[in-house]
Amino acid sequence: MDVTEVLLSAQVIDSTIRKHAEETLKQFQEQNFPGFLISLSGELANEEKPVESRKLAGLILKNRLDAKEQHRKFELVQKWLSLDVAVKSQIKACLLQTLSSASSDARSTASQVIAKVAGIELPQKQWPELIGSLLSNVHQVPPHVKQATLETLGYLCEEVVPEVVDQDQVNKILTAVVQGMNANEGNIEVRLAATRALYNALGFAQANFSNDMERDYIMRVVCEATLSPEVKIRQAAFECLVSIGSTYYDKLAPYIQDIFNITSKAVREDEEPVALQAIEFWSSICDEEIDILEEYGGDFTADSDVPCYYFIKQALPALVPMLLETLLKQEEDQDQDEGAWNLAMAGGTCLGLIARTVGDDIVPLVMPFIEENITKSDWRQREAATYAFGSILEGPLPDKLTPIVNVALSFMLTALTNDPSSHVKDTTAWTLGRIFEFLHGSTVETPIITPANCQQIITVLLQSMTDAPNVAEKACGALYFLAQGYEDVGSTSPLTPYFQQIVQSLIDVTRREDAGESRLRTAAYETLNEVVRSSTDETARLVVELVQVIMAELHSTLETQKLSSDEREKQNELQGLLCGCLQVIIQKLGASEPTKYAFMQYADQVMTLFLRVFACRSATVHEEAMLAIGALAYVAGPNFAKYMPDFYKYLEMGLQNFEEYQVCAVTVGVVGDICRALEDKILPYCDGIMTLLLKDLSSNQLHRSVKPPIFSCFGDIALAIGENFEKYLMYAMPMLQSAAELSVHTSGVDDEMIEYTNLLRNGILEAYSGIFQGFKNSPKTQLLIPYAPHILQFLDSMYMEKDMDDVVMKTAIGVLGDLADTLGSNAGALIQQSLSSKDFLNECLSSEDHLIKESAEWARCLAAVFDEMSPHVILVLPARRVVMKSVPVRQIRFHYT
Amino acid sequence: MPPHDLRRPFKRAAISDQHRRRELSLQRQAQNRQDAQHQARCLAQTILSLQNDSAEPEQEFEIVPQPEEQAQDFDVRQAARLRGSEARRWFAKQLMLPEWMIDVPDRLNTDWYVCARPAGKRCFVVSSNGTTVSRLRNGSMLHRFPSALPNGSRTNNSSRSGQSYCILDCIFHEPDQTYYVIDMLCWAGMSLYECTAEFRFFWLNSKLVETGACNDPSPYHRYRFRTILIYDCDQEGLKAAYSGSVPYMKDGLLFYNKHAHYQSGNTPLVLVWKDENCSQYVLDTDSTGQVPDQQQLVLELLDDGRLATSDDPPVVFGCLDRDFIQKELGIS
Repeated sequence: MDVTEVLLSAQVIDSTIRKHAEETLKQFQEQNFPGFLISLSGELANEEKPVESRKLAGLILKNRLDAKEQHRKFELVQKWLSLDVAVKSQIKACLLQTLSSASSDARSTASQVIAKVAGIELPQKQWPELIGSLLSNVHQVPPHVKQATLETLGYLCEEVVPEVVDQDQVNKILTAVVQGMNANEGNIEVRLAATRALYNALGFAQANFSNDMERDYIMRVVCEATLSPEVKIRQAAFECLVSIGSTYYDKLAPYIQDIFNITSKAVREDEEPVALQAIEFWSSICDEEIDILEEYGGDFTADSDVPCYYFIKQALPALVPMLLETLLKQEEDQDQDEGAWNLAMAGGTCLGLIARTVGDDIVPLVMPFIEENITKSDWRQREAATYAFGSILEGPLPDKLTPIVNVALSFMLTALTNDPSSHVKDTTAWTLGRIFEFLHGSTVETPIITPANCQQIITVLLQSMTDAPNVAEKACGALYFLAQGYEDVGSTSPLTPYFQQIVQSLIDVTRREDAGESRLRTAAYETLNEVVRSSTDETARLVVELVQVIMAELHSTLETQKLSSDEREKQNELQGLLCGCLQVIIQKLGASEPTKYAFMQYADQVMTLFLRVFACRSATVHEEAMLAIGALAYVAGPNFAKYMPDFYKYLEMGLQNFEEYQVCAVTVGVVGDICRALEDKILPYCDGIMTLLLKDLSSNQLHRSVKPPIFSCFGDIALAIGENFEKYLMYAMPMLQSAAELSVHTSGVDDEMIEYTNLLRNGILEAYSGIFQGFKNSPKTQLLIPYAPHILQFLDSMYMEKDMDDVVMKTAIGVLGDLADTLGSNAGALIQQSLSSKDFLNECLSSEDHLIKESAEWARCLAAVFDEMSPHVILVLPARRVVMKSVPVRQIRFHYT
Repeated sequence: MPPHDLRRPFKRAAISDQHRRRELSLQRQAQNRQDAQHQARCLAQTILSLQNDSAEPEQEFEIVPQPEEQAQDFDVRQAARLRGSEARRWFAKQLMLPEWMIDVPDRLNTDWYVCARPAGKRCFVVSSNGTTVSRLRNGSMLHRFPSALPNGSRTNNSSRSGQSYCILDCIFHEPDQTYYVIDMLCWAGMSLYECTAEFRFFWLNSKLVETGACNDPSPYHRYRFRTILIYDCDQEGLKAAYSGSVPYMKDGLLFYNKHAHYQSGNTPLVLVWKDENCSQYVLDTDSTGQVPDQQQLVLELLDDGRLATSDDPPVVFGCLDRDFIQKELGIS
């Protein structure tokens, strides 16, 4: 077989030839995997072969080393590691050789493949000579080899974690890279490759940045590179500065003045890609300072990890005017262009971050700009002024902003109606949305929206919904936040008089021909959802009427037949929005008894529609429809049983959806809803459900975030079917036990892992609670006794680790109570033996968190049973928290005088 | 190596409604799961309270009402907005009721306050929406009147928002037509439920006077409010509370544990003491005005053997052996 020919055929336009070639390659791979890889690497290294076949060979090779999905990646790594050493050496030799190729495409491809191999081998302490041989390449004369080598080092730093490379080698890599960046490096390509490599290597430079001399040197070279005559080098150098700004924030103080000078020159004078990076530097400094200030709440002590240097506050007087200038550099149609990103957008975004960083201080610096420009005849000035205003609404205190907003509001409403520029209207509507988001709501002291202006605001917003799609979308957004501000308004909402009009306008928007543009339809449905969520009993009747409207819309999406794949995608999206809307309505109406019954008359029809939505698709389940069904099950209660025969297959399908793990997670939640709705009527479906849940747990393909809810779901099932859970014990209990063992030790792992561990523990504990409660009062409780020691040990060890969060603590102490409750006297001795049950209980009893305390009080009253078996009395005091005391009866004296 | 994408979200609301729908669903499911477990556990309590009774457990008996659920599901800060029968029902369950002092609590002198309780009608006073309402123990209304409390009358300075209101625990003292404030639950929209008595009294004493609520009555302030003197429960404090003179008629002593939060219903963390020196209501008298040797107390023996007081609501405090019932009381 001629590999070259096959590789070339695999790239032709004719699909028959292409498919055949792909098939041939697949067979080759299956018959002789090592031979296949060797041919590919040989092809890539061969200077005589056409560049197209060389590139594809490299690409296929790369794809045999890495994949996006975790489990697939793991398989590929194992497969590579298991190859014969000679085979691997031969491939690696070819790859290194290709770095000297005359073809830049071949070199670049080889760079990436080398980095992938390094990503697999370096953590295994294999290929130790790689970095050495790359570094010796750097000293070679031909610039193209030098360039390819630096690029390889860059990719390598992206692929491997710093821990697997010795500090000595890190020093050498950095030296080589920084030398390549130096101004006296004559070759532009080399200098560019070095600058880009530094970007990735920065993460390795922890030690070097702690050394003043080395850091000074790196900073000097980076700053010099920002002045290079070559625009790409300047851009790459600024990228390095951005990365340094966030990675080494605490080392920045000596350089910040110089960086300000460099960036402000770039923002004002340089080409856009460079200027954008310069703005990004300040945005990322804002990100850092916002994080630091949030973490410590401005309360710094000697042990704060990272101090805040207040760079933004110090640079404020110069930074703000610089950014305000950028606002005037808008592009004509940026609002219609999804991918647009220009100076004005970046500048305004940065201004918004600065407002969040410094708060009130920004207001006096921006107000003169707004006042000067807001009434100018040039739309750019009006838009820039409005955008500046909208940008600073998050951060400063409401006290500072409210008086200004009160003055500005009617001006803005007029602009939204009358301004001739669509661009100005877009920004005005967005700014109104920000006003309502940050300055309106139950937590705000002085209301912005009053009985005097409410009607005008709503009239203007509804009118704007008939404007251009981008303007209408922003108007919907503004209404969203306006409604959200009334979410906890109580029984009377100021929106009530306008409810019907608002709903009608939103429905009209969704039916606009151009509602597909600018995300308009989505925005309209989302706003409708929020209007429903924030509505009160006064408009419940209208929400019930809305059910029919949305059902009709959903029905019409089901009528169209024979769709192209593009149309199918649109249909799918629209169905998602409609199901989402129904979900919100069902949840709203389900929250009180009268509205629940009002909704139930539509339950059959709604369910039929959901089932038809499912039927539209062959392999997957619609997430939004699934969520809506969960809400329906909650409302329908035991009546949901009649839908189960038709619905069950989709439940199965959802539980098997490993790829879209959100769908799987949502389905698991719905199983819980159905358990609570049907109780023991779910029994006939449990074999199937439990089988799938157990499969999900054992799968390494399924995203880990779905596993804790699956455990909780075991609890839901057990609580629903009681002692019938018996037959699943032998499968579920070992799974719970091994997960429990895994989740005990968290020392030395990161925050994210600790959070996950706590989620996992909570799931496991909820399962135990459900199982114990389910078996209570059953003659089969003794089946659980063998598992009790392990569970108590699990509680003990979690207590010892001292890293439970409040939720876990509450669930854990609840499990102790459930165990005592269900096992009765059998549990007494076990609990007595348990090391820390009593300490744990006492700690919970003194908790500040009332939920923990409540669970603990409950567990205590049960545990008391075992302390004293003599006849005793339980005092139930009608208190806010139930207090139960156990007192021997004879000690009671009546002291009523 | 291409440059990295640096676009940030532009003019987009940071929210995703889909994300929100998912979150709200999860919250609802978690809540439903908690409710289901809670229900299972409540059932457990019912059965437990019978377990040690040798009598056959009876499923039907009535559980003592536990106001705790309402109190938790319901934010006290919304209570000020309740109207009509809803308000009546809610407030009927909210007063903190003292237990009789039957022994001396540990650390009485350091951890407790003492004060002389004014005689009169125990009630809640709620000011909101420009008016003030007082409600008796059973939730029914005593007075509706303008007051100088936050948002307690229409003329209050307008900077106070509609959010502002307060809830006080008072005793209305008929002779001088004064509300004596004995505790503070909410002040200017802030809930003090989760605050210790120490803090509540501090706040009460520093805030009440500021509003002018302690001033003499005027057209916009119909009744006077007064704080009462609260003493540390050492010898001097006890003496002052017990025998010191006060501008009102005394009805016993109240003891507050300094660390206790306000909780509705009976609590051992607030105690009441009455004797003839400090209260005229302490003892029953017979038709001639003489105090009999023994005071009477009516207890109710429930079918399942438990004993309850005839308070409203009844307090179940014990249960009797079947043997005891049969032999000593002759009931079978």
